[in-house]
Amino acid sequence: MSIELKLEHLAENTVTVSVNGDIDMSSSTKVRDILAPLFKENNKAIIVDLSGVSYIDSSGIATLVEGLQWSHSSQNKFRLVSLTPGVKDVFEIARLLTVFEVFDTKEQALVE
Amino acid sequence: MIEIKHLRKSFGEGDKRVVVLDDFNAEMEKGQITSIIGGSGSGKSTVLKHLIGAYTPDSGEIWIDGEEVSLLQGEAANGVRKKFGIMFQSGALFNSLTVEDNVALPMREHTELNESTIQIMVKMKLEMVGLRGAEHLKPAQLSGGMIKRIALARAIALDPKIVFYDEPSAGLDPISIGVIDKLIIDLSRKMGITSVVVTHEIPSAMRISDKIIMLFKGKIVASGSPEEIRNSDDPRVQQFIQGSPDGPIPFSKSLTNYGDELKNMSHI
Repeated sequence: MSIELKLEHLAENTVTVSVNGDIDMSSSTKVRDILAPLFKENNKAIIVDLSGVSYIDSSGIATLVEGLQWSHSSQNKFRLVSLTPGVKDVFEIARLLTVFEVFDTKEQALVE
Repeated sequence: MIEIKHLRKSFGEGDKRVVVLDDFNAEMEKGQITSIIGGSGSGKSTVLKHLIGAYTPDSGEIWIDGEEVSLLQGEAANGVRKKFGIMFQSGALFNSLTVEDNVALPMREHTELNESTIQIMVKMKLEMVGLRGAEHLKPAQLSGGMIKRIALARAIALDPKIVFYDEPSAGLDPISIGVIDKLIIDLSRKMGITSVVVTHEIPSAMRISDKIIMLFKGKIVASGSPEEIRNSDDPRVQQFIQGSPDGPIPFSKSLTNYGDELKNMSHI
C-alpha cells in the first residue's frame, strides 16, 4: 500500500502532518523526508495525525523516535494524534507509548 | 499460515538412496508456535531447510500465505524470504562485526533506511531481547545465551511475519533456555509472529508450543498439543520424551545386519 502525506500549516506556527497508509520499511523514509525540514523551520509545534495508519513497523516507530530527538534539540513540540488500535499496540510492544506526547484528537493536541 | 503437503525428499542414488522425508503433511497456524521434534536424523532439519528454500522437494508442496513457494527462484523466492527471519543453531553472527553491525546488517542490505533510523531500530531490537547496551561488543565477548539472543534480534530485524528457529536452545544452560523460550513466546503472542521451532529439547518444546509434530525416520508419528503428545500411547513418542535408550527407537542407526556385514568383509 502506498503512503500519502499531507502537510498543513496552521496558525501560531503549528504544522500538522497527516499520514495515510502503512508506515513500513519501504515508506518510512518518505515520512522522515517530510518531517526533517519542519524542525529547522520556525515551527512551535509539529503534530503527526496517524488516524489513517493501520500498520506501523519498527522502522516507522524509529522514524518517529527520530522526530522526538529532533524536537528535543530544536525545542519544538512533537505530538502524535489519533493512533489506531493496531498502531497503539506496536508502540506498547516497543514500550515507547509513554515516551511520546500522544493525544486522542488533533483538537486536544492543539489546545494543550 | 504455512501448509506443507505430501513433502517427500531423499538423498543418494540407487541402493544407497535414503528417504529422509516421507509424505510430510503439516499446517502451521498464523501467530502460533509449532515445534518439530525428533532425534538426530529424523528429518526435522530437512523440513526447515525446505521451508527456507535451501532444499527443493522431490515431490510435494509448500504454501506460505496462500502462495506455493517450493519451486520459486530468483526475485520471487527473495520476495518470500523477506517474510521470514531465521535464527540459526550456531547464531551465525559475523565475528568481525559488533553486535550493532550484526543486527543492522539485514536493514542495511535490504532497505533504503537512513543510518540514524537503523541505529534506533537496532536499539529497539536489542531492548526486545534484553541486551540493550551490548551494541559495541563483538561475538567473542558474548556468552552462548547472549549469542542466541543477538541472533534472535537479527532474525527479527526486518519485522518478519514468520520466524524459523533451528535448535534455539541447543547447548544452553537451563536459565538461558528459559530466557530464549520466553522470548519466542513473547514474539509470537505480542507481535503475532508465526513460529516454527526445530528442537530436541523436550521440556522447552512442551513449554512453548501450541502444536508439536514428532518425526521418526522421516515420518510423522505424532502431532498435537503438548498435552496430547505427553499422553500419547505411541511407545516411540514415550521413549523420546522420556529419553529412554531402550525401546522401539533403536540405538543402532545401521540398516544392515552386523554379522552379515562383518562376514562380507572377508574378501579384504
